[in-house]
Amino acid sequence: MDTVTQLQRQLVDYTNSLFLEGFLNEQFNQLQQLQDESNPDFVVEVVSLFFQDSERLLNELAKILEQKNIDFKKVDAHVHQLKGSSSSIGAQRVQRVCIAFRNSCEEKNIEGCQKCLQHVKYEYTHVKNKLETLFKLEQQVLAAGGTIPMY
Amino acid sequence: MNKIRALVVDDNMVNQTMHHRLLENLGIENQVVKNGKEAVDVHYSGKYFDLILMDMDMPIMNGIEATKTLRAMGIRCMIAGVSTRSLDQEKQEFIEAGLDDYQEKPLTKAKLVSILHKINHTT
Repeated sequence: MDTVTQLQRQLVDYTNSLFLEGFLNEQFNQLQQLQDESNPDFVVEVVSLFFQDSERLLNELAKILEQKNIDFKKVDAHVHQLKGSSSSIGAQRVQRVCIAFRNSCEEKNIEGCQKCLQHVKYEYTHVKNKLETLFKLEQQVLAAGGTIPMY
Repeated sequence: MNKIRALVVDDNMVNQTMHHRLLENLGIENQVVKNGKEAVDVHYSGKYFDLILMDMDMPIMNGIEATKTLRAMGIRCMIAGVSTRSLDQEKQEFIEAGLDDYQEKPLTKAKLVSILHKINHTT
């Protein structure tokens, strides 16, 4: 098997594993289908926006949850944003933790919110690493002269 | 045939980018604003659209208020609410504000096509 085919196989297998392990759902396919010759970097652009937005929101959430008097409305608003963007790109695990996080907000459960924050940070970091690895594999395929398989 | 023009109203940058590209991909010229007040202001400036994709939860002016205001201004184009709200009561309040359609996020090509189909059927 030549290098390009090997790399392409690795890429396909890795991508499939992200779906099987629940990191991504079919919404990520929607994102991929919007990439074409006129928008060749669309997926990376949107995912990068997601990373920037998520990091900002997670920092804000950490600050709010350190306060003596927690503004649960603000917490809920930020988690709602994070849920929205994670659902838009298909980051399923992050989206699911956000649902639980909103429930804790509604109950004004401080401990619940703090646990959810740790959980969402964990899931975010995890999916970020996975997506960065995916993009690196894509770059390797392109550098070897291959094309990215259509999903 | 006249080209359809759309307005995306959403405060989330990821959603703005996705919705803009989804519309563009279907050949629909579109503009993006980040809250209900900007959606109202863009109409006051004289612009018109065939379709408005309206998010519900936004700062300054939310989707419910923006929809009510646009309808009160006499804006009769298709307004499709796009939200993650799943409770019937919340959806009902949004629909009663003057929506023609409601789709749950995340928006997909299929959901957008179903909204566009309704424009074609009512024109």
